[in-house]
Amino acid sequence: MSVRLPDQPITSRPAGAPGAPGTPPASRRAVRRPGRVGWEVAGLGGIARPRVLGVLAVVLAFAVAGLVASVSIGEFPIPAGDVFRALTGTGGADATLIVRELRLPRALTGLLVGFAFGLAGALMQAVTRNPLASPDLIGISAGASTGGVAAILIGGVTAAGAGSYASVPLGALVGALVAAGVIYTMAFRDGTITGFRFVLVGIGVQGALGALTSWLLARADINEASRAMVWLTGSLNGRGFEHARWAGLALLVTLPVVLALIRPYQLLQYGDDTARALGLPVDRARVALLLASVVLAGVATAAAGPIGFVALAAPQIARRLTGTANLPLLTSGCVGAALMLGADLAARLVLAPLELPVGVVTGAVGAPYLMWLLTRANRIGRAG
Amino acid sequence: MLFAAVALACLASVLLGAKNVPPGEALRALTGDRSGDALLVAELRFPRTLLGLLVGIALGVAGTLAQELTRNPLGDPGLLGVSAGAALSVATSIGVFGLTSPYQYVWFAFIGAALAGALVYAIGGAARASARSGGASPVKLALAGAAITALLMSLTHALVLLDVRTLDQYRFWAVGSLAGRDGALALQLAPFVLAALLLTAIIVPRMNALALGDDLAGSLGVRVGVTRLLGAVAVVLLTGAAVAAAGPVTFVGLVVPHLVRPFTGPDLRWLLPGAGLAGAALLLGADALGRLLDHPGEVPAGVVTAMIGAPFLIMLVKRGRIREQTR
Repeated sequence: MSVRLPDQPITSRPAGAPGAPGTPPASRRAVRRPGRVGWEVAGLGGIARPRVLGVLAVVLAFAVAGLVASVSIGEFPIPAGDVFRALTGTGGADATLIVRELRLPRALTGLLVGFAFGLAGALMQAVTRNPLASPDLIGISAGASTGGVAAILIGGVTAAGAGSYASVPLGALVGALVAAGVIYTMAFRDGTITGFRFVLVGIGVQGALGALTSWLLARADINEASRAMVWLTGSLNGRGFEHARWAGLALLVTLPVVLALIRPYQLLQYGDDTARALGLPVDRARVALLLASVVLAGVATAAAGPIGFVALAAPQIARRLTGTANLPLLTSGCVGAALMLGADLAARLVLAPLELPVGVVTGAVGAPYLMWLLTRANRIGRAG
Repeated sequence: MLFAAVALACLASVLLGAKNVPPGEALRALTGDRSGDALLVAELRFPRTLLGLLVGIALGVAGTLAQELTRNPLGDPGLLGVSAGAALSVATSIGVFGLTSPYQYVWFAFIGAALAGALVYAIGGAARASARSGGASPVKLALAGAAITALLMSLTHALVLLDVRTLDQYRFWAVGSLAGRDGALALQLAPFVLAALLLTAIIVPRMNALALGDDLAGSLGVRVGVTRLLGAVAVVLLTGAAVAAAGPVTFVGLVVPHLVRPFTGPDLRWLLPGAGLAGAALLLGADALGRLLDHPGEVPAGVVTAMIGAPFLIMLVKRGRIREQTR
């Protein structure tokens, strides 16, 4: 595990240790409920500590700035002030149309999708205790891809078209859940499941699903195949309010569940034995957290396609920013949102007026990071 | 027994298809007759079977070598990202250089496989250098492979998206199939496979020594680094040729060594030939099965092997053959 002793969260001390209330970084909250200092502080994702709070605020500001920039920058530039006026209904007709109908839905979708990917990645990495295990690498996104592509090709509908919006996300969500279910049941042995077996089985399932997807693509009509390909790469182009609403609704439902699960989330990161010793029903907690992660990843994929690397990178970036030993949950989500909006902006601007799918940009940016992570993980013998 | 399996698979590959051919007709084709079904057999089925043999042997041997080299039960060129490297390279050749025939993008598949192989090898090497206790753990290596695959595929997607024509060609290559290839392709690739097999034959005794561990092998007079490098070259040549011919067919290299090892034991002098034959039998069988499943169309061999291989991998994991630590 990590060696950042100074930043070790209080959770590393046994919960309810006598005399704990007075310990240095413990906050007002800790004092209020003395018996449960250990996880109550960590229960808010370490929010009580100034650095974590500060980082969260800064990242949130970045995400909001990304949102504003995403709405105001484009072929028809709209100053931030006009954006605000357009939203309140006092701006010009053109600006109002562009902001309300085109750019805001897209930016909002990006924000929500990024947030969902960030959360999903943090959950998955925490449960498997592996910084390389993210939904896009171990079969969840592959399941969503296969489901979505099947919906596009069999349903013969367009990925971005509003009318088709019901079938593609449904296919993606079902695909993600089925893949996760298969992976989970297959990785189950001796009444338990280990992170590493989960990852390995996930990779196997991903291989099979990848073959299935490419077979579907090869069978299809070329026009439909190219539409499916755009969706497969991950794009925010042409996303309307219905996409944002769907993703927002799903987040609204999942987020409280995830926050309620934050204690198991924190404890599982210390290892199964420690978590069990601290009184956590490990298996149930793991299923719940994985399910939450899969739903989040599935919803995000449904809205924007299987965009790679955001779920992988966001939690790690967030952890390095906050300097905690555990992966900070909310910060991961916000980092994901900021990453997504930044990548989308880059995708629109780099080759303007031509527009790249955002998945290409996250791929190109995520690649060097991944290489670094891999060599580093090997060097210090982590990531296993 | 393996020979019998290969023969059976060859027979199935020749006889089954959109038009099932009775064995008598196939015999007539062998004796030089060129009428009716015999023509079909001679012109289409024989070359396809030949190619399947070649690719299957290459994949089986490459998988075994990779597993020995990495000391990792998951060493499969497909899982490790080598196929993805070839895929990216092929997409580049179609999209950027406008190549249209498989004869031309064969070379690009080679280059791509070699580059990706070098990358994986470097990462694996770094892992070995760090973990003195012998090799990167299977999980780490598999994840590294999955990560590299994800990365290369996203670049491939970008290329393919820019041009519909590229997508149209690429998607048929990417699925991994023996369909629509002819004998000339097999002839073109055969020298590489043969050279790699020869190289493998030369280093087999040293590889056997290597299996005892680097230190022991070194004290037996084997130059560890050179042997590893030669083995890696053989893997890249074999994988490159196979991928170039049939597209990214995954899981054959993974499954075969595990199937054969119980019968031959760990001695590579028996294991490698066995794996080659089993690879050929598996691929031809998968190809024939694919033609049966979706009669009169066909399910590409790459899809069939993945459908067989993934459950197999899962079974390996479940049985606990693959542990968090290498052996």
